[in-house]
Amino acid sequence: MDQVVLARSLFGTTMAFHIIFATIGVGLPLMILIVEVLFQFTGDSDYALMAKRWTRGFAVLLGVAIPSGTIAGVQLSLLWPQFMKVVGKVIALPFQIEIFAFLLEALFMSIYVYAADRLSRGMRILSVVLVAFGAVMSAILITNVHAFEGTPTGFRIVGGEIVDIRPWKAFFNPSFAVSAGHVAVSAYMTGAFVIASLAAFKMLRRGLSDKHYAFHRKALMVGLVVGGLFSVLTALNGHASAQHLYDEQPEKLAAAEGLFVTQDHAPLTIGGFTDKETHEVKYGIEIPWALSFLANNRFDTVVKGLNEWPEDEWPPLFIHTLFNAMVGVGMLLLLMSIVGFWWHRLLKKQTFPRWMVWSFFVSGPLSMLGIEFGWIFSCTGRQPWILYRVMRTSEAVTHTGNLGTLFLLFTGVYLLLAISVVVVLRAYFKRHPLGDELGGSGDVNGEEEGLHV
Amino acid sequence: MSDELIAVSLLWLFVFVYAMAASIDFGAGFWSLIYLYRKENNMTQIANRYLSPSWEVTNVFIVLVVIGTVSFFPGATAVLGTVLLWPFSIGLLLLTLRSAFLVFSHAAEKKYARALSVISGATGVFLPMLLILVLPITYGGMIGTTDGRDQLLWGSLLSSASTYAYLAFAGLSTLFLSSLLLADYSHVSEDWRAYQVYRKDAIWLGPFAFLAAIFVIVTMARDAPWMYDNLQNNKGWILSSGVLYVLGYLALFTPRKAGSPAAGRPRLAVVATVFQYLLAATGYGEAHLPYIVYPSVTIQSGFTDESTFHALFVSYLVGFVVLTPGFWLFWRMFMRDKKYLRQK
Ligand code: HDD
Ligand code: HEM
Ligand code: HEM
Repeated sequence: MDQVVLARSLFGTTMAFHIIFATIGVGLPLMILIVEVLFQFTGDSDYALMAKRWTRGFAVLLGVAIPSGTIAGVQLSLLWPQFMKVVGKVIALPFQIEIFAFLLEALFMSIYVYAADRLSRGMRILSVVLVAFGAVMSAILITNVHAFEGTPTGFRIVGGEIVDIRPWKAFFNPSFAVSAGHVAVSAYMTGAFVIASLAAFKMLRRGLSDKHYAFHRKALMVGLVVGGLFSVLTALNGHASAQHLYDEQPEKLAAAEGLFVTQDHAPLTIGGFTDKETHEVKYGIEIPWALSFLANNRFDTVVKGLNEWPEDEWPPLFIHTLFNAMVGVGMLLLLMSIVGFWWHRLLKKQTFPRWMVWSFFVSGPLSMLGIEFGWIFSCTGRQPWILYRVMRTSEAVTHTGNLGTLFLLFTGVYLLLAISVVVVLRAYFKRHPLGDELGGSGDVNGEEEGLHV
Repeated sequence: MSDELIAVSLLWLFVFVYAMAASIDFGAGFWSLIYLYRKENNMTQIANRYLSPSWEVTNVFIVLVVIGTVSFFPGATAVLGTVLLWPFSIGLLLLTLRSAFLVFSHAAEKKYARALSVISGATGVFLPMLLILVLPITYGGMIGTTDGRDQLLWGSLLSSASTYAYLAFAGLSTLFLSSLLLADYSHVSEDWRAYQVYRKDAIWLGPFAFLAAIFVIVTMARDAPWMYDNLQNNKGWILSSGVLYVLGYLALFTPRKAGSPAAGRPRLAVVATVFQYLLAATGYGEAHLPYIVYPSVTIQSGFTDESTFHALFVSYLVGFVVLTPGFWLFWRMFMRDKKYLRQK
């Protein structure tokens, strides 16, 4: 196979794997912080127990998040040496500052997990705050590099040489703020729905005692409320991201919408598949004028179609489907949290019908799919560029051979880890069931018996 | 000092910190495996008590080394990234298995915990050996260029005596350093049985690690004469390193103090030995200059942009100042707090 395709597959697989754990790594600390604070305010020890159990799960997940991130970081230099040459000269700052975010998170994570019993209440909350801050900063800073790939600024290339380098200008490239915001709020949204999902999973078990049901329902509500809030923010900010594409990477927007002909009063096409031959979206639903309005708040906005560019600069056309799927996930989850909230808080029902619990159960995986769709859309939609209009992906790739073998090796290890992490977590929580801890001694900070992660 | 020199010194410092921390980390995993099946001891707990909170922090340093290289010397990245693709990919796979199974083994049931520890301990000792291959590879003569494309000459790498000298040096140093540190750690924890065992390990490993270092220098004379010559001019570093080695080694044999049930002053031994490696690394590093990869990349030709360097430098200053209290708290909680160290 083609070297570029192999390298892309290898790197894409690494990222698709890392992102699962990384997103939870951003979202979960916020949830832990929220229940720690709820515990301080309500005195309800259920919340303290949630914090404790989620932290244990988190500690295990870090065992995959950190090494897979290390792979991502090193692979970037191994697979795209020419790209990293530019990165080193121009956009090294976010990578560098990210190290401090990692350190912050690693130091305080250990302190929170292993020294919880020796910390004062205030110090414990401060530790979680710093863990959560470190995690979201890692995400924001790495997204900075991604944003730079889409809108490279702060340098010029003259005769193959990189000149006029202004590192802070590169850092504050035009799409940084909006991308980083989108990544952060979508990660919080996903962390919350993952919690809602786990709670729903427990609530599906029949014959649960009232006490247990109430515990899981509290967790579910925290997940739904936080998730709902952040889905609103994700949608609003997603809209801003799309408007940025209109300004900065118009061919990506055109491909995302399956628009071929430049026009004003452009229609928005939902669903369907883009056909390269006939230049149309098949089986989609058209909403007249909507795209023009979404792109720039006016119906007479002219939106550029793909025909403006030579075909070898088109992004792959399937990103239309990915884009729709991401937005669809966002809308569905928003709806779900509204329904859950309305049922429990406004109708004051204490139990949920099973179909509703089932739908909450799928919210976590759905949200994670949204993340995957969004990233693949964003990275693949930038093709054929690794640095938009500056460097092609094919110019950046390594020449070292046998990437196919490496692809198989890495994929094998990811599979192995994915399976083992599920097995280990299940076994761990089976050995430490909720029943043992609920309403027990109340010694929630006690010895972290059995877990030295 | 020129900017290039500051940058390479900083990078060298990161490499050194990682080398020390990782040797201890990987070694501790290995010892926790070796003593897993011996009854009635808490050798394994001692190793794990050290490992549990520290592996994440250690891991950040390898990322720091990679990012440091890319951002200070982007010109070296292209060559190194290309030739190291295979060795480092294997290293990454081992590192991943090792970290993940280390964590899993603590959360899993006893009967699986053992199998998981075996995987994480065994993969750990191979890692330093893989990573150290960078050193012979940058000697020169192991990177071929066809049509302007660099590639690693595996034949030269595998047939060179230096390669094996480095492999031995990495493996033995890892075990030596970690047994020393664990001796100190169990000393502070007042676990005298564990202390005796780790002290004995350090005592027999020390001379072998030392011999391996000499083997590295001897093979260098043939495989990298340019560097050997430079090293001759930097004899002072190497000799004083040797003196510290003897000093640290002897510290393991000081007579028992009143009140302490065992001989030796492990804290002194650890400090002397770390400085021994620091001096040797400084001499080595200086002899390597100005080359990063001999003969194609020097610190000048590979250097990043001036303005980027200045911005990075400021971010380092600010970053480390901001993080200092965190490190201090970490140290207090896990390396000094008797309540943590002496738990059963
Ligand atoms: C649960 C996840 C999730 C959800 C529900 C949404 N997004 Fe999103 N989206 C992401 C997760 C995500 C992401 C994974 O975080 C991406 C990938 C790159 C990025 O910056 O964020 C992304 C990228 C991304 C981009 C591309 C930015 C670029 O390539 O530079 C656009 C235009 C949108 N999103 C727009 C939306 C809209 C209009 C949404 C309406 C609800 C939406 N997203 C929901
Ligand atoms: C913010 C961090 C990210 C950065 C800096 C980044 C950067 C890159 C780079 C340099 C490439 C290779 C060159 C290229 O194809 O243009 C790439 C490709 C890719 N990335 Fe990202 N990426 C990031 C996040 C992600 C995430 C989270 C995913 C998750 C699915 C992802 C999915 C992919 C895929 C699938 C490819 C190969 C796609 C293709 O080339 O068509 N990326 N990315
Ligand atoms: C938007 C996508 C990404 C998000 C949200 C994200 C977030 C995270 C988080 C939360 C961690 C755990 C940090 C810790 O606990 O120490 C992590 C680890 C890591 N990530 Fe990612 N990451 C993303 C993409 C990337 C990419 C593209 C790279 C490679 C350039 C990368 C490199 C790393 C590294 C090297 C680590 C390990 C740090 C350590 O050793 O502690 N990440 N990431």
